[in-house]
Amino acid sequence: MLTLSIAILLFLGALAFWLGRRRALAVSRDGGRLRARAIYYGNFTALWGVLPALAFLLLAAIGGVPGRALVLCSAALLGAAGAWYARSRIAPSLNARVPVERAMRSGLALSSLVAILTTVGIIASLVFEAARFFERVPLSEFLFGLQWSPQTAIRADQVGSSGAFGAIPVFAGTLLITFIAMSVAVPIGLLSAVYLAEYAEPRVRALVKPLLEVLAGIPTVVYGFFAALTVAPTFRNLGERLGLEVSSESALVAGGVMGVMIIPFVSSLSDDVIKAVPQSLREASLGLGATPSETIRRVVLPAALPGVVGAVLLAVSRAVGETMIVVMAAGLAANLTANPLEAVTTVTVQIVTLLVGDQEFDSAKTLAAFALGLALFLVTLALNAIALEVVRRNREQYE
Amino acid sequence: MSDRRGKVLRKRYAAERRFRRTGAAAVISALVALVVLLGSVLWQGMPAFLEHRVRLEVTLDETVIDPDGTRDPMLMEEANYTGLLRDALVAQFPEASGRREKRALGAILSPGAAYDLRDRVLDDPSLIGRTIAFEALLSDDADLLVRGLGGRDQPETERALSDAQIGWLDALAERGRVVSAFAARLLTSGDSREPELAGVWSAVVGSFWTLLTTLALSFPLGVAAAIYLEELAPKNRWTHWLEININNLAAVPSIVFGLLGLAIFLGFFGLPRSAPLAGGMVLALMTLPTVIIAGRAAIRSVPPSIREAALGVGASQLQSVFHHVLPLAMPGVMTGTILGMARALGETAPLLMIGMVAFIVDAPSGPLEPATVLPVQVYLWAESPERAFVPRTSAAIIVLLAFLVLMNLSAVLLRNRFERRW
Repeated sequence: MLTLSIAILLFLGALAFWLGRRRALAVSRDGGRLRARAIYYGNFTALWGVLPALAFLLLAAIGGVPGRALVLCSAALLGAAGAWYARSRIAPSLNARVPVERAMRSGLALSSLVAILTTVGIIASLVFEAARFFERVPLSEFLFGLQWSPQTAIRADQVGSSGAFGAIPVFAGTLLITFIAMSVAVPIGLLSAVYLAEYAEPRVRALVKPLLEVLAGIPTVVYGFFAALTVAPTFRNLGERLGLEVSSESALVAGGVMGVMIIPFVSSLSDDVIKAVPQSLREASLGLGATPSETIRRVVLPAALPGVVGAVLLAVSRAVGETMIVVMAAGLAANLTANPLEAVTTVTVQIVTLLVGDQEFDSAKTLAAFALGLALFLVTLALNAIALEVVRRNREQYE
Repeated sequence: MSDRRGKVLRKRYAAERRFRRTGAAAVISALVALVVLLGSVLWQGMPAFLEHRVRLEVTLDETVIDPDGTRDPMLMEEANYTGLLRDALVAQFPEASGRREKRALGAILSPGAAYDLRDRVLDDPSLIGRTIAFEALLSDDADLLVRGLGGRDQPETERALSDAQIGWLDALAERGRVVSAFAARLLTSGDSREPELAGVWSAVVGSFWTLLTTLALSFPLGVAAAIYLEELAPKNRWTHWLEININNLAAVPSIVFGLLGLAIFLGFFGLPRSAPLAGGMVLALMTLPTVIIAGRAAIRSVPPSIREAALGVGASQLQSVFHHVLPLAMPGVMTGTILGMARALGETAPLLMIGMVAFIVDAPSGPLEPATVLPVQVYLWAESPERAFVPRTSAAIIVLLAFLVLMNLSAVLLRNRFERRW
């Protein structure tokens, strides 16, 4: 149906274009002076051929009109009628460029609306499904409950046998892993940015900067594999040798590997804001006799601080929303703990486990994933909005 | 006095050196992390490109393959090639007797060996009745043992191969019958439950259809939106809000796009689950902000004089954009699009949401068939308990990274070749 519709529309368009252009050329051969180039008359007829047929097909698809052959035939007839009408209007008095350009402008404006529609779609789907979840589980239990066990229980006497949906342990796990990731990424990222922006020779900088950005280009599933199959066993053995009990899905490994992934987000954004600090500030400080490191610590970094904060906030939002590393390297059970050697779970892990391989759409279990998704979306949205605002203000300061 | 000043100065210089060294250490540690990550994947993955086989003399007994002499491919396909291979192995080890021992001997070969033999016979039926030299693929456990990873020192009950099987494999190796060859099936076959037979081809084709859908949607929409925002839109509160919205979308976690796809594309519009069409649409929405932002930057870098010259000789605004600005901005737009596609190629999480985690053996022949993509294949193999899947997973990652390097290289080349400095 889809392929056939597209084929019919393409054929209609091509045919109408040819008809319109031929007609326009004929008019101009007969002595009429056209007010636009012939190609616009072709486009004019093509639009009149395609748009009515397209509108009809969309309406039929949404309205669910039965009878494929009937729908396709009427669409084709409608398009042909439109093209014929447009062809009959071709005359020296018609400037076809005006209506064609008007249609193009509307098309371009509509394309930019897709971004808005995406946001609306995200919010609508999350809010709608989350609302259905909160009909079954009260909001207070979700936000403040300490038990998270959404799976159906095996024994009746088990804790939360009807499924417990207290998301605090999940949020706490996300925070713990994010914190570990940031304590890897912020120092390394920030110091690298300072070194590359202030100390490194241009040659070194030109080589190292893209290399660091490779870290951001590696798919997260690769990090997940690396964390789960290389880093986790190493840490486990190391812990055993030190007499520590390290879970094979410890928060430390998931967070640490995630931190490596986030280094370039911190470093390249900080690099930009450090570069944006005016050279005159540095020269003034150096001129008063400060060493380069004193200049950086007391002049450049304070001046760049808002931008650095923005970069860190963006990196936090990236860490909170990161999925594959934690799905592969963090745990499934929701433990409420601050010990980085134990397994914890995160919001994204829970969304994936609740939804993968599950076809039923109505249980509290699947709907819980949307409630978690809503929480995730709101938190990352807030972080991004604040970060972008901070970065923007900082940039304006020196422009 | 000057002595004290010298002391302070020395201290300050020491602090300077320390600071500088800390910075260098940070850069080096990030680079070391990169090297360890890529190195460990390469190190674990390269062996998977080699497979081990046993050279055997197989007698293609006509009474087994084609008892009636019809040479009907349908009948010959059904024949017991596993039995033929087992007989060839028993010929190597006449001391193996009894059904159980012979079966254990046959189990050092992969089920794929019988398929290979069948294909060889079907290709050339004149071989029937003769004894041919045939290289039979080893099973995954035997393959690991031959590589020296079989865990010989574990007690017999805890490993996959029995003492007898290890003995046979050692004897075969001693007789020079174990050979290694390039594992072409890693690239040409689909997924399989047997690690030694599993390949990435169906996932590569799935990725192709998914990315094709993504490109077909996000490129025209993104370029159109970029043109509108940069050239046509009035600068008012509404367009300012539109810009903020696009910037925010670029930072929404990818899994949220997966939830959108699940609720709207699958739940509301009823698109087929696991299909590249739905996956491509989700990824298109995800890459759209990247394409728009790159497109706007490219369009903005075209100097106003170009537009003014076009307008000055009588072009309309849209003519100046489509005939002059857009062609000049195209290299930048394409670079941004390729980078966006590279990100989409590596994306996993949103595709898990819309069910592209199926076990796919045959390559999908269109965007509406169930499919999986390369990164999801990596995830599926990584979750598999079989040890022989570890090198396979790394090999799949190498293939994935090779595609990414290719895409990024072409973006860089495009930029260097066609980008203009005004």
